[in-house]
Amino acid sequence: MADSGVATRLVRERRSRWSLRAFRRLPLIPGVILTLVVICAVFARLLATEAPTFGNLADSFIPPAWVEGGSSKHLLGTDSLGRDVYSRIVYGARVSLIVSIFAIFIAGSIGTILGLASGYFGGRLDGLIMRLVDIALALPTILMALVLVAVLQPGIVTVIIVIGCLSWANYARQIRGEVLTVKERDFVVLARSIGSSPARIMTHHILPNVFNTVIVLATLQVGSVILLEATLSFLGLGIPPPEPSWGQMVAEGRGFIVIAWWMAMFPGLAIMLTVLSMNLMGDWLRDLLDPRLRQL
Amino acid sequence: MRRYFLARFAQALVSLMALSLIVFFLARLTGDPRDVLLGDDYSQEQWDKIGELWSLDEPIYVQYAIFLRNAATGNFGESIFWKEPAVEMLARRIPATVQLTLTAMSLSVIIAIPMGVLSAVKRDTWLDYVGKTIAMLGQSVPAFWLGIVLIWVFAVSWQVLPTSGRDGPLHYVLPSVTLGWFTVAGLMRITRSAMLDVMDSEYIKLARVKGVPENVVIWSHALRNAAIPVVTFLGLILGNFLTGFVVVETIFSWPGIGLLAIRGIQSNDFAIVQTVVMFGGLLFITINFLVDILYGYLDPRIRYE
Repeated sequence: MADSGVATRLVRERRSRWSLRAFRRLPLIPGVILTLVVICAVFARLLATEAPTFGNLADSFIPPAWVEGGSSKHLLGTDSLGRDVYSRIVYGARVSLIVSIFAIFIAGSIGTILGLASGYFGGRLDGLIMRLVDIALALPTILMALVLVAVLQPGIVTVIIVIGCLSWANYARQIRGEVLTVKERDFVVLARSIGSSPARIMTHHILPNVFNTVIVLATLQVGSVILLEATLSFLGLGIPPPEPSWGQMVAEGRGFIVIAWWMAMFPGLAIMLTVLSMNLMGDWLRDLLDPRLRQL
Repeated sequence: MRRYFLARFAQALVSLMALSLIVFFLARLTGDPRDVLLGDDYSQEQWDKIGELWSLDEPIYVQYAIFLRNAATGNFGESIFWKEPAVEMLARRIPATVQLTLTAMSLSVIIAIPMGVLSAVKRDTWLDYVGKTIAMLGQSVPAFWLGIVLIWVFAVSWQVLPTSGRDGPLHYVLPSVTLGWFTVAGLMRITRSAMLDVMDSEYIKLARVKGVPENVVIWSHALRNAAIPVVTFLGLILGNFLTGFVVVETIFSWPGIGLLAIRGIQSNDFAIVQTVVMFGGLLFITINFLVDILYGYLDPRIRYE
């Protein structure tokens, strides 16, 4: 009787995690900002007033609309080549989002697969994978990115591969730890005893139980991936011009800071607000799904 | 402790080997490494000279051994662009980077540790909220953008600080603030949470019961015990400065190793790139190793894991 009482309570607790009450604590402003970023990325063509690579030299260095000399045609002003800063920021959201989604997908997949295998099989394989994780965490990200970019062709695919291949280690380590506890639970032992293959046990029984962790880690990572892409692009190692990327826009604005502060200011604000909102969202999701990850 | 030390040392060596393997193979990924090393513009003489230096006629494992031998003696070849041994160019630029690191580090410690302590002691007051806001912004504001904003405000609008060069103390202000910014946030968070843990403990209660003045309790009893995670974090920060060097030195034209790396990439000078990367990696791995050892020394529980 006592047992079933505990079980019901656990079930109820589990369900209430996803209840409306949890959503009431959803951080409102970050949520709105992120929704806006996603809308910009998806409907860039509709929201932008001009093509992001279209420039008219006669229109260069027009200040933002509310500043003296500004024009209502260019809300956030124009850059040195007469391109509309607002439109480029809208399209830049797309670049940031594409890079983070694909890079995190790569990192998450590699990390989850290795973490599952490492935790489930144990033994030598576990030792080998965990040494790989140690090495990956011991190599400085930016330097590795420098070498990779020096050898590969610059472009959005390179950036995705570089970031994806450099940030899987955390997933592997965390997932492995979770798998170690999940694989001792009754349903895994049962599945093994009726002869399920290791691949099936891992994908059907263990993965669903560690997936919350994957999601939380992925969300927490978005901010730093956006920042890394922007940093690489700022250094000229990321998205090559004229494709609009926020980091590269800041880099272009740097040379004109004396005469056109808006060129660097607004893309930088876009990065800051997006990353800040993403980090707050990640914290919220972590507390909701997996409070044990709090120390990360 | 000895076993722990040896295990960590072996791990550091393995990481270093992995780094050298990655750099070695990446240069050969696209075929003849001379395509990467020389770029588009070279003479037959240069082509032959590099072939000889790296023994490109030998089988690949011999080449790797030679690469390691050359690396151990600091011989990474000559910069194609500046026609100078890459390692000498690196050595000349180390002082500028070290000076920048030291000023940024001191600045972060001076700001972050008192803020972290106050934030913990005056929990849930406005001081704590200011601290939390700074910590949050620290993780979201891109350093490259902050640097440009600082230039805009202090050098362009108010004209009180210089933007580049390193002739006097004033030249250090903007680069150090930009480099230290991210660190301040992290260090403050660590200090705050370490202090919160310590302030809850029995010996702090005892000190208070004994009638030790509150100031002494906070700054002497508690802070000293909160130092372990803080010191460890400081070590790790040094490693994270590597990203900072590249960005900050680019923005402020600071003649250090970060700027050298970027120049190397821009001019397709792989000799420079691999020198900086190997050196930076060695530094990073060594610091991580030292931090691990320090941690094991300060906190005996770690050693028996």
